Amino acid sequence: MKDILKDLDKAFENKVRLGIMSALMVNEFMDFNTLKDLLDVTDGNLASHLKSLEKTEYITYKKEFNDRKPHTKYYATEAGKMAFTKHLNAIEQLLK
Amino acid sequence: MKEKYIEDLKEIKDIMNRSSRFISLSGLSGISAGFCALIGAFLAYNTVYQNQNYLGYRKVIITSDSISTLLLIAIGTIVVAIGSVIYFTTRETKKRNQKIWDYQTKRLLINLSIPLVTGGILALMFLYKGYIGVVAPLTLVFYGLALVNASKYTLDEIRSLGIIEICLGLIAMQFIGYGLIFWAIGFGVLHIVYGVIMQLKNKS
Repeated sequence: MKDILKDLDKAFENKVRLGIMSALMVNEFMDFNTLKDLLDVTDGNLASHLKSLEKTEYITYKKEFNDRKPHTKYYATEAGKMAFTKHLNAIEQLLK
Repeated sequence: MKEKYIEDLKEIKDIMNRSSRFISLSGLSGISAGFCALIGAFLAYNTVYQNQNYLGYRKVIITSDSISTLLLIAIGTIVVAIGSVIYFTTRETKKRNQKIWDYQTKRLLINLSIPLVTGGILALMFLYKGYIGVVAPLTLVFYGLALVNASKYTLDEIRSLGIIEICLGLIAMQFIGYGLIFWAIGFGVLHIVYGVIMQLKNKS
């Protein structure tokens, strides 16, 4: 039991962060506004959760400009994908 | 504790589906497209088999005049069918509070178009070389392939519809001469059946 709990990732305890990772697992990238609409959160809320995922290096971003408007694409990193899979496996073990 | 994680898993699945697939495909759009196809097939049938003595063998009469009528029927059917699909799908996206023109829609349409346009061009080439008989089977097969290809980005049911269309096209290749009937089944009847199934599934 203790081993399983150890595999649960603190980074995904929060609903918004869990949502961001879920979306990035099945999409190559997501931009800020798509994520905002998808998760139905405010700008500030989303930005702070994105930042905390960046800090753990589970996601990275690329800034582009569309007609001078900044357009940020977020990607899940390999480490992030691995951590998320591990987290999912741990949940499954827990529910067995 | 356990409930929280079950809830998490549900949320993950929901977001993965909503973010990667175009799910606002309404059953009504399938039904309307199917009816358009049936009407188009009926009009085409009347054009091809006009002025016939129904007691004797029927001959397919295709003159340059009827070719242009057939093309008009085909274009009319496609325009009305696509228009109705767009109408019902837009209505569905509004109901679900989703955008009609987003990344998912674009990706779905691109992946649908690649086999579809290939098949369309190939069918036109055969048509101009005079191989009229293979056009119906060919379009059915390529339409099926397009659906299978696009199904990764939308509802799972589209995949099985595509596989059925491919089988129907292959069977039609064995029975050249009955192309119009296979067309009516593939684009008309199958769409209506699928539309009804999806509509019932949506309601439940």
